[in-house]
Amino acid sequence: MTVSRKNSREIVEAGLARRRRKESIFRATGMIATAVGVTFLAVFFATLIAQGSSAFRQTFIKLDVEMSESVLAPDGELDLAYADFDGLVRSALRDAFPEVSGRSERRELYRLVSIAAGFQLRDMVSDDPSLVGSEVTVWVPASSNVDMLVKGNIDPSIDESLRPISDAQVGWVESLQEAGRLEKRMNKALFTNGDSREPELAGIKGALMGSFYMLVVTVALAFPIGVAAAIYLEEFAPRSRWSDLIEVNINNLAAVPSIVFGLLGLAVFINWMALPRSAPLVGGLVLSLLTLPVIIIASRAAIQSVPPSIREAALGLGASKMQVVFHHVLPLALPGMLTGTIIGMSRALGESAPLLMIGMVAFIVDVPGGFTDPATALPVQVYLWADSPERAFAERTSAAIIVLLGFLLIMNLAAVIIRKRMERKW
Amino acid sequence: MQNLTLILLLAAMAGGAFYLGRRRSYAVVGGPAHGAQLHSLPGYYGYFTLIWCLLPALGLFLLWVLLEPKVIVALIIKSLPEAQRAMSAGELNLLVNNIQNLAAGDAISGEVDALMRDAAERYNEYVSASRRMLATLTLGIAGLGGAIALRRIRPEFRARNRVEQVVLYLLIAASSIAILTTLGIVLSVLFEAIRFFREVPLTEFLFGLTWSPQTAIRADQVGSSGSFGAVPLFAGTLLITAIAMIVAVPVGLMTAIYLAEYSSSRVRATAKPLLEILAGIPTVVYGFFAALTVAPWVRTAGESVGLEVASESALAAGLVMGIMIIPLVSSLSDDAIHAVPTAMRDGALGLGSTRSETMIRVILPAALPGIVGGILLAVSRAIGETMIVVMAAGLSANLTANPFEAVTTVTVQIVTLLVGDQEFDSAKTLAAFALGLVLFVVTLCLNVIGLTFVRKYREQYE
Repeated sequence: MTVSRKNSREIVEAGLARRRRKESIFRATGMIATAVGVTFLAVFFATLIAQGSSAFRQTFIKLDVEMSESVLAPDGELDLAYADFDGLVRSALRDAFPEVSGRSERRELYRLVSIAAGFQLRDMVSDDPSLVGSEVTVWVPASSNVDMLVKGNIDPSIDESLRPISDAQVGWVESLQEAGRLEKRMNKALFTNGDSREPELAGIKGALMGSFYMLVVTVALAFPIGVAAAIYLEEFAPRSRWSDLIEVNINNLAAVPSIVFGLLGLAVFINWMALPRSAPLVGGLVLSLLTLPVIIIASRAAIQSVPPSIREAALGLGASKMQVVFHHVLPLALPGMLTGTIIGMSRALGESAPLLMIGMVAFIVDVPGGFTDPATALPVQVYLWADSPERAFAERTSAAIIVLLGFLLIMNLAAVIIRKRMERKW
Repeated sequence: MQNLTLILLLAAMAGGAFYLGRRRSYAVVGGPAHGAQLHSLPGYYGYFTLIWCLLPALGLFLLWVLLEPKVIVALIIKSLPEAQRAMSAGELNLLVNNIQNLAAGDAISGEVDALMRDAAERYNEYVSASRRMLATLTLGIAGLGGAIALRRIRPEFRARNRVEQVVLYLLIAASSIAILTTLGIVLSVLFEAIRFFREVPLTEFLFGLTWSPQTAIRADQVGSSGSFGAVPLFAGTLLITAIAMIVAVPVGLMTAIYLAEYSSSRVRATAKPLLEILAGIPTVVYGFFAALTVAPWVRTAGESVGLEVASESALAAGLVMGIMIIPLVSSLSDDAIHAVPTAMRDGALGLGSTRSETMIRVILPAALPGIVGGILLAVSRAIGETMIVVMAAGLSANLTANPFEAVTTVTVQIVTLLVGDQEFDSAKTLAAFALGLVLFVVTLCLNVIGLTFVRKYREQYE
């Protein structure tokens, strides 16, 4: 007896070291796995901020522009639509670098400045026509290549043929820098312009407005319908095949790939109902179908968390079933429903695959002004810019992503705050 | 804008109806002092009137707005001379489009003749006539409905029951939208897919080995192979999904185990929300990251060990997709692990097993159905994921199992086929719907099985 006990003890002790080693290996694996996710997150945000933060600033060049009447209004009459403001910019550049001569060299010189410079002068004159004939000093946006050079994204030490900016241009930029005529300033165009082929003119306002209109449609449809469906399923639906079917259906819809909703939108809303393509209205309809399951599931959970005693008390005081629900259960469940809705909306804001199906990927310069104007959405703008070969667009893509993530962060924080503030322990 | 005015007018009328109905209910019993003689609270008489005023008018309005364009186009076509009506559907369509553009004052293609100008004028007449009729009819019906409801108000009238009945119907309608959505998905995808299978046999689509959807417009066109064998797409999807699962399952599962069993509560409180952030990042952002950061990195890493890596390798897309799915796997595994009764865990520990032995020998086997269900849901998510592969995976349909080569997936092809011009009479566009059908059926099966596993398993220990 003693022998066998001693024996089993020995067996256990012999295995202990191996078992402890296994234990620590297992533990370390778990730690590494957790670290992988967190590290990726850190790397991801670091790259994003490193790439994108520079896009919020843009290089500007100081020019002394002679608003000469002979260029702007050769016939004595100023017509803003046809006046040659670009010519003014060009002559200002020639004045700044009098040593540059020859057609091709001058053309290279003109490319230092963005085509936005002419528009800027035109806007100034249209605001204050008395500027004509005077000399003004303005900061005009530099072209995207100069911008990239100044931000260090183009390496001037590599061979001239491998970079989009010539040696002469690099020299001019350096001399502008020395003269204090080159400065990085806040990139307002990013927030006030629609899309553009020129990186220095491209902005996200159009996409932001498109996303905004879409979310308005989505909230207006998905919130009431989702809440109503949740109320019916939780409070009124008899336990029948039909309600089981609806329930299974909702759970499945929540897991259907979003691109399939895009196919639905294309076939039903655009082909069958003949609604306009690329419109925030259609995008909002598709996104509301997409977020509906999320909202229904969250709202049902919120209704379930209202204790039955409240229903019974109201019923006992003579309220009808409908009054119980709308006067007592719904107000108590509303914070949970709102949280679910905000989370659904943040999912809708980040969604882009179904929008590709319904034509919201078009290149649209104008900022949409309504629900049926052609528009694009913020995540789709990210997709479009990510496809552009210019280096300057990569930077702006990161900036657009930062803005998008900022909005998502705000929405999720709002959801957390609502949950925390309105949370009730029964 | 006109519609908006009409809606606002209707809303104002509805508000008025509510007010009138409420006032009338007091009036029929002789003032607020006698309110107790009413069957329902006065507000319910107001709501009753509002419903009668609003619902029929709103129904008519929606129906009208939906049908108006079709009816007007039909009327215009009917009014065209015989020669135009005999044109083919495509030409007729173009003509109608031109007429519409001309009517709206937009630029049109081709030259404008008297016929078109007439038609455009007629078009505008029809539109404004339709607008006038719509406004009069809806407002008239709203007024009529309100008046009928007002006349029915009596002290013994059971307004609350009526209103609650209508509200119940509205609730039922709202909850059946989920069913309608599924039905809509199935019908729209199926309908177009059947049209596709009329041109391309089902067996060729499912078992063909070449995918090259460029159909010819002319018969002698160069490069118009138009073969629709989807096997390379399925293989590509599976390859990327497999890479993603190889990343996501071990990492997600081990994360869930570590956070549930080993980590201090402080680590858990920080790591969990951080991982949830991963789940909240839009997929287009992952796609951007995969295409611009991970893919070049994979390429350089591969080249440094002498491997030939395509710049749009399946590996890059799969890796990033795997990272995206980690939170899903870990949260579902976490649920499954937590659902195992503590008695089982405590029993194993009490018998002297280490924590890892408890986990591997006791908890994981018990939680396995839940974990498998979660993994199935994750696979379905990976198969249906679009933006990452659109941005980081290739377009050419290679039939290969080499993760360093570029492959294409079902979702990528749906996007490429449908972005841009669509002709709903060509197999090229319809192929997207056939692929959509496959995608929907496969993910649906995975979801149903996965959800049943997860739910069955949860009930087991409850």
